[in-house]
Amino acid sequence: MRKLIVSLLVCAAVVSAQSVHLSIPYERFTLKNGLNVILHVDRTTPTVAVNTWFHVGSGYEKPGRTGFAHLFEHLMFMGSKNVPTGKFDSWLEAAGGNNNGSTNNDRTNYYEDIPNNALELALFLDSDRLGYLVDDMTKEKVDAQRDVVKNERRQSYENRPYGYADLMVDEALYPKGYPYSWPTIGSMADLSAASLDDVKNFFHSYYIPNNATLSIAGDIDVEKTKALVEKWFGEIPAGKSVQPQERTVPVLNEEKRLTIEDRVQLPRLYMAWISPASLLPGDAEMDLLASVLAGGKNSRLYKRLVYEMQIAQDVTAYQASQRLISQFMIVATARSGHNLDEIEKVIQEEIDKVKNEAPTVREVERARNQYEASFLNRLENIGGFGGKADQLNNYFYLTGNPDYFNEDLARYYAIDPQDISTMAKTYLKDDGRVVLSVVPKGKAELSAKNSSVVSTEGK
Amino acid sequence: MKTIINRQLSIVNFMKIAVLFFFITLFSHQAYAQSPDRTKPPALGPTPSVKINAVQKFELKNGLQVIVYEKHEVPIVQMNLVIKAGSVNESNDKLGLAGLTANMLDEGAAGKSSLELSDAIDFLGTSINSNGGLHTTGVSMRSTVSKFDESLKLFADIVLHPDFPSEELARLQKQYLTSLMQAYDQPRAIAAAASSQFVFGKEHPYGRTTVGTEQSLKNFTVDDLKNFYAAYYHPNNSFLVVVGDIKANDVVAKLESALGSWEKKEVPAAVVSQAKQVKERKIYLVDKPEAAQSVIRVCRVGVNRMTEDYFPLLVMNTILGGSFTSRLNNNLREKNGYTYGAGSGFGFRPSAGPFTASSDVQTDVTDKALKEFMKELEGISKPVSDEELNRAKNYIALGYPDNFSNVSSIAGQLVEMVLYNLPADYFNTYIGKVMAVKKEDVRRVAKKYIDTDDLAIIIVGDKAKVEKGVQATKVGKIINMVPTDVLGPMPKL
Repeated sequence: MRKLIVSLLVCAAVVSAQSVHLSIPYERFTLKNGLNVILHVDRTTPTVAVNTWFHVGSGYEKPGRTGFAHLFEHLMFMGSKNVPTGKFDSWLEAAGGNNNGSTNNDRTNYYEDIPNNALELALFLDSDRLGYLVDDMTKEKVDAQRDVVKNERRQSYENRPYGYADLMVDEALYPKGYPYSWPTIGSMADLSAASLDDVKNFFHSYYIPNNATLSIAGDIDVEKTKALVEKWFGEIPAGKSVQPQERTVPVLNEEKRLTIEDRVQLPRLYMAWISPASLLPGDAEMDLLASVLAGGKNSRLYKRLVYEMQIAQDVTAYQASQRLISQFMIVATARSGHNLDEIEKVIQEEIDKVKNEAPTVREVERARNQYEASFLNRLENIGGFGGKADQLNNYFYLTGNPDYFNEDLARYYAIDPQDISTMAKTYLKDDGRVVLSVVPKGKAELSAKNSSVVSTEGK
Repeated sequence: MKTIINRQLSIVNFMKIAVLFFFITLFSHQAYAQSPDRTKPPALGPTPSVKINAVQKFELKNGLQVIVYEKHEVPIVQMNLVIKAGSVNESNDKLGLAGLTANMLDEGAAGKSSLELSDAIDFLGTSINSNGGLHTTGVSMRSTVSKFDESLKLFADIVLHPDFPSEELARLQKQYLTSLMQAYDQPRAIAAAASSQFVFGKEHPYGRTTVGTEQSLKNFTVDDLKNFYAAYYHPNNSFLVVVGDIKANDVVAKLESALGSWEKKEVPAAVVSQAKQVKERKIYLVDKPEAAQSVIRVCRVGVNRMTEDYFPLLVMNTILGGSFTSRLNNNLREKNGYTYGAGSGFGFRPSAGPFTASSDVQTDVTDKALKEFMKELEGISKPVSDEELNRAKNYIALGYPDNFSNVSSIAGQLVEMVLYNLPADYFNTYIGKVMAVKKEDVRRVAKKYIDTDDLAIIIVGDKAKVEKGVQATKVGKIINMVPTDVLGPMPKL
């Protein structure tokens, strides 16, 4: 990678002007079977990141099969027609490589980070599972990963303090049947129900070259890489094209107030709203709003709840950006001797305040400067989750333009303080939100007011 | 949504469309010519050589050692200041002092209040973090090149002129006590506290809590912090690593001016004695009713970072539990499905740290999982296969260049290099040393360091469901406990 990737603009006279221009040079081409390929050269280290996105996530699952997209992700590492079980990992490790995969509501991604001499090995492995995964799929493999995934669920949700909160919030926030209303990890019952036939059907429906993008970043020779991609992926037939999920906007016209009990010492409050989808108008405003509310010691909620009043141990706010629709969250843990009613009152006051009065210029610029720095930090790594190869795939999925870095950052510079206030008014509705209290067992009285206890059984 | 997806065509410029068209034509011809040979994995090309930039060493007039690594791809700078004092320097009645002192640095400095400092740092988009470890205290800074000078001023204020305001101390004390309370909720935190206690004993510096006790936290005064700071925070007891898009000479001049007034002083050295090995096999079963999983940690005293066995140990541990295909993960996760993951590792420190094999397993297979742990820990002392040995060596050696891809990883490598006084050619000889490890070396260090007769085994889980089975494994004597036996009585605020 050369310096030209980030060119400092000399004419940064206006205080709030964007001071860097970001661009990730890339080449993109499409194979005859519809596989989109993105190449980016970066010679910082002699390594290559191979990153694949399949445009299917848990949002595409059928009723009764929640958690399936993620279970399938696990099966992608279990070997394929020409790769015996276990060899996907052991061949990569023997070449000095690392790999992983992840699933969310919208997509499933996979990566191999490898020394530059192992690029062809990675392409062979990835193409073999894209072309021939189910040729070698067995019930035993499905059962093995079903057990692993159930333990992932136990480790990440059931045995983790406050672990059920996210599951409960999602179910309450979205209408029944909305693609984001069930958890990506799935329910235990649905994980048990997944069958070998489900695996085959899912594979033929979604794991096809024309529903995937392959992004390769790092120390590559562009021409040779193109030839290798064609060599290994060219023969895989296209499948029936997948219709992207419609971007419908779910509506929540009531305030849902729930309480769950957990094996915890301190009560924690979760407030959730439906907010603008990733990269759409309002999304960046919600990011800055989250920073104004809870980013750093001087943010409004942190300063009041944690720093001054000292009735909360922590408070966070974030815009969880997703493709169809996003979720804006405020989460705060009460200190011993305090209840969630006290916490909610303060949060409500601050929400009302930011709705009625624009944040100060200083607050907005402080938040924006942190975003700008984070964009630069994101340019360092080629591989892993969130590396450049992954980001190129992300932007391509959301906008059709892999190099959307500068457009993304520019959004934050187009915002003035009043916009943040307007978005808070539009989206942080008092009568369209979920307020979840998580309280220690038998301490429902620590909940926010007017909240009824519900069970987490079977969630 | 459709409009967004369609935008790709209008955004791709003509050049790219032309290129695209050309290659599709070219390759479709090739594709019809032949299918690739999938009967065996493609051979690897020649191993790339690692490109490691010069490690440049300087010393400021006040004795602060400065190590600079230039990396110009992205306009950011990472600085890691390491002060050679941590929880091992605490007396028994002041547990948690090193960490609290570190965390108080940015709570008021050079006359600026906690909020003023935080506002100034956040406004620059910079991050400055300080924390106390066992042997060291770290203050790290990450900034963009354009904000480096202003950030450095704030960094210097925090390191050289902390005010330790009493109202901020009172605030942090409450925060720390609350964190102590929250540890009772977290099976993994309980297991971590238990393993250091039962491996090293409460009298050894590695066996004590590093976050403090209810008693110690409540008793701390501003003077305690000031005294700790005055005793240890000196340039001659510290070193600074700078990595990023800077020129070494420029940055050293800036550091001289920003940190030059930091005064030297003789600093008492803390020597941590070699811990005694654990005796026999004991199972500390910490009851966590209704737990969905049992957190298992199989531990003993390991070895210090300077050991000559370092590279054989890296390879041996990679085979045992240091990679995805390692024996522990392969057995407990891939073969048996007991867990989401299993692994092992040595905590390399100036004095022997812990060896820990770990996994969180579903409650009803706790006994079976424990047996598999024992099988793998015993099995590693038998000769490993050539395939396993080569895979492990390649995994470590060929993956090594990746450690030089970003400024924070490089800074971490340099900190390790200075702290343990590793030779100047360390980075360049690393791969050769890994590749030189032989099967006999692996067996020798396995026998020496993974002696399964002496183990402290921690299980945090639902006693009512697991005790009987664990007893029946006859792996060791069970010592029943509850979280307060490990963490002490629940703190009162």
